[in-house]
Amino acid sequence: MDFRDSPEEAAFRTRLQDWLGENAKKFPTSGDEYWAKAAEWHQALHAGGFFGTSWPKAYGGQELPPVYDVIVDEELARAGAPARPSLGYLVIGLGRHGSEELRQRFLPGMINGTERWCQGFSEPGAGSDLASLTTTATLEGDHYVLNGHKIWTSYSDDADWCLVLARTNPDVPRHKGISGFIVNMHQPGIEQRPLPMISGVTKEFGQVLFDGATVPADQMVGAPGEGWKLAMTVVSHEREPSTLGFTARYGKTVRNLVARLDGDPSESLRWASVQTEMLRLHVRRRLSEQLDGLSHGPDGSLDKLLMTWVEQSVGHASLDAGGTRDPELLGTYLYSRSQSVMGGTSQIQKNIIATRIIGLEA
Amino acid sequence: MDVRLTTEQRELRTAAARLADDLGPGSVLDLDDTERVERLEKAVAATGWRSLRTDGASGVEVALVVEEFARGLVDVPFLGPVLADDLRAKLGVEGEPTALAVGEEAVDARGLGTALGVLGTSAGIAGAGTVGIGTVGVGEPVFGIDLTRTSAAVTGAFEPVGEIPAEEVQRWEALALVVTTADILGAARGTYALACDYAKVRSQYGKTIGSFQAIAHLLAESLALIEGSVSILRYAAWAVDEQEPAEALRAGRFAKVYTERAARTICETSIQVHGGIGNTWECLAHVFLRRVLTSGALLPVSLEEISLGLS
Repeated sequence: MDFRDSPEEAAFRTRLQDWLGENAKKFPTSGDEYWAKAAEWHQALHAGGFFGTSWPKAYGGQELPPVYDVIVDEELARAGAPARPSLGYLVIGLGRHGSEELRQRFLPGMINGTERWCQGFSEPGAGSDLASLTTTATLEGDHYVLNGHKIWTSYSDDADWCLVLARTNPDVPRHKGISGFIVNMHQPGIEQRPLPMISGVTKEFGQVLFDGATVPADQMVGAPGEGWKLAMTVVSHEREPSTLGFTARYGKTVRNLVARLDGDPSESLRWASVQTEMLRLHVRRRLSEQLDGLSHGPDGSLDKLLMTWVEQSVGHASLDAGGTRDPELLGTYLYSRSQSVMGGTSQIQKNIIATRIIGLEA
Repeated sequence: MDVRLTTEQRELRTAAARLADDLGPGSVLDLDDTERVERLEKAVAATGWRSLRTDGASGVEVALVVEEFARGLVDVPFLGPVLADDLRAKLGVEGEPTALAVGEEAVDARGLGTALGVLGTSAGIAGAGTVGIGTVGVGEPVFGIDLTRTSAAVTGAFEPVGEIPAEEVQRWEALALVVTTADILGAARGTYALACDYAKVRSQYGKTIGSFQAIAHLLAESLALIEGSVSILRYAAWAVDEQEPAEALRAGRFAKVYTERAARTICETSIQVHGGIGNTWECLAHVFLRRVLTSGALLPVSLEEISLGLS
């Protein structure tokens, strides 16, 4: 057991520190300013050799052990840089369920950041109960025609591609009639509507309306009716702080709050600092465990719950530091409320933990 | 960077867990079963784990055994003797197990005749080049809330047995934080398991109570708190031997503050899940809670002591 960097890891860390010294300050870290330069940040981080390091070389990764992501997160936080882009769950979803043709076509652009992605799962009538989704995909010759309404779609206005779940067969049990598609966002038949968040951020959330949009049949991910499996892979990894790289953001916020302290720190700031330290070490443990080749199923729900508590403790510390007088502090607080909803509510995570890990009756 | 337990560490944990499951108290009544306690004492003595530190074991290994023993409510001295043993290791001497002297009390002293401890308080240590270590007699038991461990008054004067560098005392304090935190975590895991078992068999409205989200969600939260505690404690345990003493102490404080708060919630959840039964003396839930509170009060850390510089 060793929490220290190996010589290779230390060299990687030094290289990253040098790179951040030149690049970190060029990129805003929050709000709409962040989203405006998110693609550029993603591409720069990948080009520098610091993003997607554990993924296959064939798709733009470096096949390094997963713990390198710990180093990236720590150094991004220390340098005050934006967080690691959050799309590991899409990479894993497409990597596991897509054909080799689809992987070769789409993974490199997804990983190097030149093609932007969003995820069209939730609908106005299908939030926690995702399998009740009603967006339809109807086969017409060599393509499917999409009709329906997706909502709470992160980054949709920026996206080139959308991983869409749609019903392809209404006559089978509901989990079995869903298929996954890679849909081009630049086409008629797709309408975008921004959905401003309570924090005032307008660039992150969106609604997407499909009205006769089309997708080639060979851009279905997996076989017809296998969309639910894809969805479960994506959402279970969407829950993991090790995939998300948010730990950097929390550490940075706590540091900023400490830096602007005037007098004794509040109890909430002390607690946020303890929580943030816990998550930093928790991610190290989880990424180390991946060396055993453990597949992360329901455990991701535990991690998501922990991450949510951490983010919301940081949110409370921000509010206590003057959130009613400072829009940025208020923004951090208000944004933190979304963490217990997006990617599956805390209540859904607890249901998963209770039934699939603890083994309580459903 | 690879923070997984080694194969040897996992085996040690399994062995400690087995011993605790076999001979620890399975009920409140079992606490008074002197024959069981004697068998447990013999078994623990035979392992030699009370001298893990003089035998060269790491803080991680000590923490694993302490955690499993607390999970199984092992009610013979361990935490005290193992911390006393660490002082001996630093002095370079060997000897029979002793209790740990903290101020005027001999901690974890059941059946032990002497206690070993650091002379003077932490405040007195600052700036000193070396710090004295001394032994003292164990007298009458003093009031304590823990039903699995006993503290006693010290008798007579401390007899100095040697001196160790102040820096080594800091390292010892870091180990003490880690060990008490491991004890808290183990007891929390024990009461969490008790509550889960109960939620799977207790039936109301024609269903097991664990099938109700109001109960299930409390237990899910407990498990997440346990996982977070495991992660923050593991680093602190490693840091005892591998980091500078100041960083080891910092890590120990963070781990203890987090785990103590988590454990209190887990213990209270367990009592709540047990309902009326949980509020009776015969339910083990309060025995776990008492152990958690006792280890929290031993070398206490408050949130106010948390330094805000993140590593």
